[in-house]
Amino acid sequence: MSRDTEYISRWHRAWLYVLLSALLAFLAAPIFVVIPVSFSNTSTLQFPPQALSLQWYDRLFSSARWASSAYNSLLAAVLTVCFTIPFGTMAAYGLNSIRSRAGKLISASLMLPLVVPLILIAIGLYFLYARLGLINTMTGLVAAHTMYTLPLAITLIAAGFKRFDQNQEMVARSLGANRFKAFLTVTLPQVKFSILSACFLTFIASFDEVVIALFVSGGPNATLPRQMFNQLRNSIDPTIAAISTLLIALALMVFAAMQLLKSHEA
Amino acid sequence: MSAVAISSGGNEGELAFALAKDARRERWVMLALTIPGIFVVAGVLLSPVGWLIWQSLVDEGGHLTLHHYLTLFTEPKRLSYLLNTFLLSAEVTTICSLLAYPLAFALTTLSERLRKLCMFFVVVPLLTSVLVRTYAWLIILGRRGIVNNVLTNLGVINEPLDLVYNYFCTVLGMVHVMMPMMVLPLFAAMKSIDGDLARAASSLGATPSAAFRDVFLPLTLPGLFAGATLVFVLSLGYYVTPSILGGGKVIVWAIFLEQTVSFNTQWGPAAAAGLLLLAATVSALILARVVVGVKAHQPTL
Repeated sequence: MSRDTEYISRWHRAWLYVLLSALLAFLAAPIFVVIPVSFSNTSTLQFPPQALSLQWYDRLFSSARWASSAYNSLLAAVLTVCFTIPFGTMAAYGLNSIRSRAGKLISASLMLPLVVPLILIAIGLYFLYARLGLINTMTGLVAAHTMYTLPLAITLIAAGFKRFDQNQEMVARSLGANRFKAFLTVTLPQVKFSILSACFLTFIASFDEVVIALFVSGGPNATLPRQMFNQLRNSIDPTIAAISTLLIALALMVFAAMQLLKSHEA
Repeated sequence: MSAVAISSGGNEGELAFALAKDARRERWVMLALTIPGIFVVAGVLLSPVGWLIWQSLVDEGGHLTLHHYLTLFTEPKRLSYLLNTFLLSAEVTTICSLLAYPLAFALTTLSERLRKLCMFFVVVPLLTSVLVRTYAWLIILGRRGIVNNVLTNLGVINEPLDLVYNYFCTVLGMVHVMMPMMVLPLFAAMKSIDGDLARAASSLGATPSAAFRDVFLPLTLPGLFAGATLVFVLSLGYYVTPSILGGGKVIVWAIFLEQTVSFNTQWGPAAAAGLLLLAATVSALILARVVVGVKAHQPTL
């Protein structure tokens, strides 16, 4: 690739790389800034911090409210994965072999959560859940997050099915395996990396989701992002930096997992 | 399928009939597999949105009316929120395009290994919570933040500047959140271009800038439009960053929506405002598809 761009002069190239570094630094700014501040010894947001301490982590881990909201987010994310991944796999599998108009319509309607603004869905759900008694419940939150993460999971898993040769499953079935067994033993092992990456992305999408959680999760079932959002509007002491550092660590872990899956796939 | 083929010997018509029936059943099974997904989308998305449509069309007495939609355009305050939101989205989209284009281009010129390293800085922010990315700007631009510290130490200013909780900060924060979503489709578009084309142009005597303008740029426009559409549409309905970094001074459409619901519980006006947002989003997507033939999609990493 690099040889394809010989027509760019050396000077232009130097400028381009300066710009590239600046833009990458801009994108990575939160990582460079939030992590040092979380180890600060003062309550003001001073950068760079004057001395280091672990007091904000200490405060974070000893707070029952932060602990319960972290637990809620974790539970919601795990449950969301448990629904989104089977539903998404089924839909992606089905849509892969439907070529009709109905298939296109179904696939478009499953992508609707990407088109409809999240704030609109959240407001509608706020009212609907109030009527159904689902407001501030885990059930309501998980249902909403399943809807929110489904398009992402379907897109990823469908890409896996597209690479898979459907005839292999037919062969297994003609040799006597039933449909389900053929799927489990022949198809699934070949798309498992797509499904696993869908799992990771679904997990983190649900774990970090703010807008829906603001409207439909509260009280004892408030999620971590909701708790963080409220805290950010009141005071912005380094406790938030400590949580943010943990969330960055989570993002890094997901990134590493995705890279690992990609290298396996290739 | 296999079971039918074995069991139905006999005449060919019978076999064809059995196969057709089998194919039909197969289609139904495949359609049935999408039912759980459809069920979720219908229950958690279509029904609340459908209810909002109904609310936007009736008054307190339950009579049909267009009143809620009309007031959106007649009340100057609401109209200004709407225009501000469009302006903000357009600004964010423009700045993102201007920054993401050279970034994506630079990525294509790198070696495989360096590119992977750089991609880390594009993808990790995308996986990091929006709240973290927004909070970072409070640290950078806050009263005791990096910028104010540096300027004070250099003696440029005596008192720290108020850099956060304003329009500028909101635009900056949103550009930061949206940029990766612009870089990824652009990079994909640029990578798929045959590098020989630009080299051929330059070997035929085109200056570097002419080779870029006449050969490379036109080929990357679909990717650019795809990214721009996505960023514009997401910005229109964006809530989190403006409400934290705007400090109450930047009222975008999503904040107006939230306030109408949580302070006044006025469902009619809120529903109408929300559906206007949906209409704007859908129009932008359709426009992008019809005019430039672009299908905007969330990047899938």
